[in-house]
Amino acid sequence: MLGFLKRPVVVTADINLNVVALTAVGLLSRLWQLAYPRAVVFDEVYYGQYISFYMKRIFFLDGSGPPFGHMLLALGGYLGGFDGNFLWNRIGAEYSSNVPVWSLRLLPALTGALSVPMAYQILLELGFSHCAAMGAALLMLIENALITQSRLMLLESVLIFFNLLAVLSYLKFSNSQKQRPFSLSWWFWLMLTGVACSCAVGVKYVGVFTYLLVLAVASVHAWHLIGDRTLSHGGLARITQGQPLEVAYGSQVTLKNVFGKPVPCWLHSHQSTYPMIYENGRGSSHQQQVTCYPFKDVNNWWIVKDPGRHQLVVGSPPRPVRHGDVVQLVHGMTTRFLNTHDVAAPLSPHSQEVSCYVDYNISMPSQNLWRLDIVNRESDADVWKTILSEVRLVHVNTSVALKLSGAHLPDWGFRQLEVVGEKVSRGYHESMVWNVEEHRYGKSQEQKERELELHSPAQMDVSRNLSFMARFLELQWRMLTVKSDGSEHKYSSSPLDWVTLDTSIAYWLHPRTSAQIHLLGNVVIWASASLATVVYALLFLWYLLRRRRSIRDLPEDSWLRWVLAGALCAGGWAVNYLPFFMMEKTLFLYHYLPALTFQILLLPAVLQHISDHLCRSPPLRSLFSALVVAWYSCACHVFITLRPLTYGDKSLSPSELKALRWKDSWDILIRKY
Amino acid sequence: MPPAVGEGSARSELRPRRGRCGHQVTRAVGPDVAAAAAARSPKRPARGSRRFEAAGRWALLALVTLLSFATRFHRLDEPPHICWDETHFGKMGSYYINRTFFFDVHPPLGKMLIGLAGYLSGYDGTFLFQKPGDKYEHHNYMGMRGFCAFLGSLLVPFAYLIVLELSKSLPAALLTAALLTFDTGCLTLSQYILLDPILMFFIMAAMLSMVKYNSCANRPFSAPWWFWLSLTGINLAGALGVKFVGLFIILQVGWNTISDLWHLLGDLSLSVVTVGKHLTARILCLIVLPLTLYTATYAVHFRVLNKSGPGDGFFSSAFQARLSGNNLHNASIPEHLAYGSVITVKNLRMAIGYLHSHRHLYPEGIGARQQQVTTYLHKDYNNLWIIKKHNTNADPLDPSFPVEFVRHGDIIRLEHKETSRNLHSHYHEAPLTRKHYQVTGYGINGTGDSNDFWRIEVVNRRFGNRIRVLRSRIRLIHLVTGCVLGSSGKVLPKWGWEQLEVTCTPYLKETLNSIWNVEDHINPKLPNISLDVLQPSFPEILLESHMVMIRGNNGLKPKDNEFTSKPWHWPINYQGLRFSGINDTDFRVYLLGNPVVWWLNLLSIALYLLLGSIIAVAVQRGARLPAEVEGLSQVLLQGGGQLLLGWMLHYFPFFLMGRILYFHHYFPAMLFSSMLTGILWDTLLRLCAWSLASSSLARGVYVVGLLSLLLGTAYSFYLFHPLAYGMVGPLAQDPRSPMAGLKWLESWDF
Repeated sequence: MLGFLKRPVVVTADINLNVVALTAVGLLSRLWQLAYPRAVVFDEVYYGQYISFYMKRIFFLDGSGPPFGHMLLALGGYLGGFDGNFLWNRIGAEYSSNVPVWSLRLLPALTGALSVPMAYQILLELGFSHCAAMGAALLMLIENALITQSRLMLLESVLIFFNLLAVLSYLKFSNSQKQRPFSLSWWFWLMLTGVACSCAVGVKYVGVFTYLLVLAVASVHAWHLIGDRTLSHGGLARITQGQPLEVAYGSQVTLKNVFGKPVPCWLHSHQSTYPMIYENGRGSSHQQQVTCYPFKDVNNWWIVKDPGRHQLVVGSPPRPVRHGDVVQLVHGMTTRFLNTHDVAAPLSPHSQEVSCYVDYNISMPSQNLWRLDIVNRESDADVWKTILSEVRLVHVNTSVALKLSGAHLPDWGFRQLEVVGEKVSRGYHESMVWNVEEHRYGKSQEQKERELELHSPAQMDVSRNLSFMARFLELQWRMLTVKSDGSEHKYSSSPLDWVTLDTSIAYWLHPRTSAQIHLLGNVVIWASASLATVVYALLFLWYLLRRRRSIRDLPEDSWLRWVLAGALCAGGWAVNYLPFFMMEKTLFLYHYLPALTFQILLLPAVLQHISDHLCRSPPLRSLFSALVVAWYSCACHVFITLRPLTYGDKSLSPSELKALRWKDSWDILIRKY
Repeated sequence: MPPAVGEGSARSELRPRRGRCGHQVTRAVGPDVAAAAAARSPKRPARGSRRFEAAGRWALLALVTLLSFATRFHRLDEPPHICWDETHFGKMGSYYINRTFFFDVHPPLGKMLIGLAGYLSGYDGTFLFQKPGDKYEHHNYMGMRGFCAFLGSLLVPFAYLIVLELSKSLPAALLTAALLTFDTGCLTLSQYILLDPILMFFIMAAMLSMVKYNSCANRPFSAPWWFWLSLTGINLAGALGVKFVGLFIILQVGWNTISDLWHLLGDLSLSVVTVGKHLTARILCLIVLPLTLYTATYAVHFRVLNKSGPGDGFFSSAFQARLSGNNLHNASIPEHLAYGSVITVKNLRMAIGYLHSHRHLYPEGIGARQQQVTTYLHKDYNNLWIIKKHNTNADPLDPSFPVEFVRHGDIIRLEHKETSRNLHSHYHEAPLTRKHYQVTGYGINGTGDSNDFWRIEVVNRRFGNRIRVLRSRIRLIHLVTGCVLGSSGKVLPKWGWEQLEVTCTPYLKETLNSIWNVEDHINPKLPNISLDVLQPSFPEILLESHMVMIRGNNGLKPKDNEFTSKPWHWPINYQGLRFSGINDTDFRVYLLGNPVVWWLNLLSIALYLLLGSIIAVAVQRGARLPAEVEGLSQVLLQGGGQLLLGWMLHYFPFFLMGRILYFHHYFPAMLFSSMLTGILWDTLLRLCAWSLASSSLARGVYVVGLLSLLLGTAYSFYLFHPLAYGMVGPLAQDPRSPMAGLKWLESWDF
């Protein structure tokens, strides 16, 4: 109870400087000179009316959208002390001094800035590298259209923020589902997903599409969960409860023998070694004993280790151990490796001795690699699961399997049961099969801490509710009421124009100079994002067909990551874009921005995939990296070139403006003097 | 535990494995499946009675077919006047007999078949089919109605066979057949000269051959396999050739094929080459063959219709030159444009039409209040324009002036012949495309202002500087604003008579929208020259007619204040369609589904979804079902699933359609829904019987349940049959009416 009296109170904070830096540059790019221009810009004229109504507390009926977004904007006005007295009648009209322009525009700018580090987080949660995640965030940072849209009193950036938040928190939730379901953070992220979705729908009705996407992904996950027989199988469930399901590298486990005769027991080791010479005169390796022990004990804990890495902790995300993987088993309390060699076992001389390797520096090398063989697997890509999976541990060098011989060791072995290595070729027997009974993800790298961890009881959670679908029943279908007015606006466009950026919107023109703000995207990013989507679709189809023929180009976990990234990013693009073809209302380029955001998230994922899996040789990989860098500088260059039109702070000469008119259909305004 | 592989294949097998080509394979199937299949038939047949049973099956099929034909052909000749859309499709049948060209939004096959039926039965194509209610008198209309009724009657045996194939259960098939035979809606729709019976025939035939071919899957590349596969393709072509909604059955077959190929691909015992062969066979039979047939129907269509008729104006100048009687056929007109020529100007993009103006102004608030300029697809005097010089208003046709040809780069005025207003543009937003400028008719008697001046440019300037009729592709550039005359292709609202918008676009990008050609050309001062117009190739014609049809379909928008049928009305049988007659003295026919059947269908869909998801979750949870239930749930999930997919594919897309919708659009979906009902109730009753362990009681529940469904349907048909066969006398509100007490919903008007 009073643990804090015994141990000092320690606060450990992990600060990811990447996130901090990204937030900082995000804020800088969005907040810089936010109050400029001090004039009504484009749709501000429209949202402004509603803000004034809120400020004056006049009831109004608005058929165009839900009120939450307007209320958020009005909150900015409220905090800035706006009294609502301004006539919103003309784009370009100068704001009077009572309008707190900065605080009115603050909220969209903040949400726009936070989208940058969120892109980083999403890619990380999807399981991509820091490099790819940085790439995504940097692309968001220099996307001109996103900047323009978030620097003004408009709602798209708020919508995008909530969309991303919904996806991010769903990913966090689903990742904690694998490790610790029903934990506090699990609930937190689940709630946040719901909150973010409802906020997105509350800001604009089109937010419903992202909501549906998240719901669809969640339903697929839930459907797999229903099929997951581990959950709620009577007595078993009580034991699995609160324990992570999938055994990962760094997992701490106890291994119970399935045969369980003469008594049920767990794989065990302790400081004592095999006697140098047995009573019958045979010799032993004199290494640490490995036995099977019928009682719960701290010495029953083993750590699953990846032979290629040094860590004894579970990474983030956890890398699950699959059928066929080669692992090492490290004894938790002594940090020695489970080992077997061509030495006769103490009581069963026809089998091999199993020990925890002690390096006596005599010519007896350690042989501690074990191949995981999941006996009751459904496919060859099955993950090692707590309780459910019945596994054999097959020694790589000698092809023996870890087996409970059933004989009781003499006094030197404390009357525990003998464990031997038996040739696999002698046939299958349940005494060779083990399962993980207790399981937790190891967190402490330090041996002392780990001992402490091992002494603590395994995670047990309170009672659980089985109705997975119950939480989805809160679904409230809101029909999109789309007003159709056949007419077109001067700057309206059709969805087909958006992908190729064949349209722009002139937001504001300086009353005297030719400084102007345009909604214009970064062409390099737009083009490459669309290209990435196509590449993704083609590669996905290719892998899918080949997997069907049991040709696995990708390891299972990268395939799952690839699919999830596609489902959320390419899917997010599709659900936020395609429905516009059905809509009969007046459409503008800014309607495409939520879809574009998802496309931008997909782009680095595809690049990393190409680099990891398609560039096979290191020189090719470096060449590819160089190309990516060159491409990114290109995007930066475009960003800088278009910057005057994004921020509207610099008056360009007619010839410069003409030079910027890269497409005939861009309505860049050129003053005639 | 059986080896994983064996179990996997048995479970993943999509199709029940018996039927025509499945006989010898039953042995190869795992004992579970065979046992389940055996358990499904109500009694296990003794060896000797097998032949007897087969004869019984044939007799049952014959009975079902006979009953279907009897109900459909009963009182087929009544009423002897035009009912509802017979006025369209009968007329179009006549067009084929008379070989006059017409335009319709549907593909030609259905109307061609109607025409053929009429032709073979001795109808001479002279009846005018002017409006519903016109008496046929001596004209022979029975051939066409009989043809439609024949195809409509075949729907019932088709449904029977499909359900039999999917469920292997005679009672389920029988129930389905009864539902369809006794449905007044299907009956009514089959009795008249309409496209629907033909469409539904092809849809059901495609479904049947698909199901049959699925059950041949274990003998790939055998003769029956090829037969059913190519028959599926043929029927798909038929369905699409009648109406574009045939696309839905294509989607269904496509989905089935993809999942089929997916299973083949996952079967590692097949080599990639074999999978490739499978793929090729399907491409051949399900894509190439239907496309060829579909194209062939158009070839016949264009070959048969070689006379000019009411549809000419929808097509390009080159196309019209093919039609005898059209003024472009073997045309002889002045070749080069001269000042004073009277011309029609046609947009080069398909299905835009002629530059047109009329004595109506743009309404208040939409640009300047001047005369409208539009494009119009029909030939009309308002399409005529006179080419004049920009600076003189003298009549160039005055014989004292010499002929002066119009040249590339000339500045001209276009005067609208009927209203004497000039083609005009100015810096006002166009009505729909706000980025463009408005185009109007301006000026009085040809006197306007400098905004009437246009520079004429020839895009394909191979023939020198003169402008040639038909061949020169011209652009008209507004002199003052520098914009180009074009049509946006958008339909103007009611004030613009739903003609298409004409704008002047400031973007000089060269698109077909802003390129025109001169079609008609009248100039008495010039000699007429016979022109051999470039004949368009067949693919061009095909493409063009599709563009025109799609545009026509999009144009069928509901008018304001017009009552329209909504898709959600349909499954609940909310409102019918009046086929004939309104008053109590008329002979009235009312298209309305048999409410008992339809509401049963609706209930069944809900029940199916419930039962299906329970079973799916149970299977996903890994529950071991008893063999009997296992077999039933397979039928329910797989057979029923296909039918549910069919229902959804034929119903939900209508929610997305902007065009005007009618109640009869639901009938293909209704066929699928009835088949689902058959399978569902059969399964449900069997499950009930199974759960009541005692065998005599179980048998009783099953038989009683089934009989009550059959008899209930038949009785409801007895009640509602006057809807289809015709009612005379007072309306249903009147207690003396034959339909008294049967008006269960206020919205039914009979």
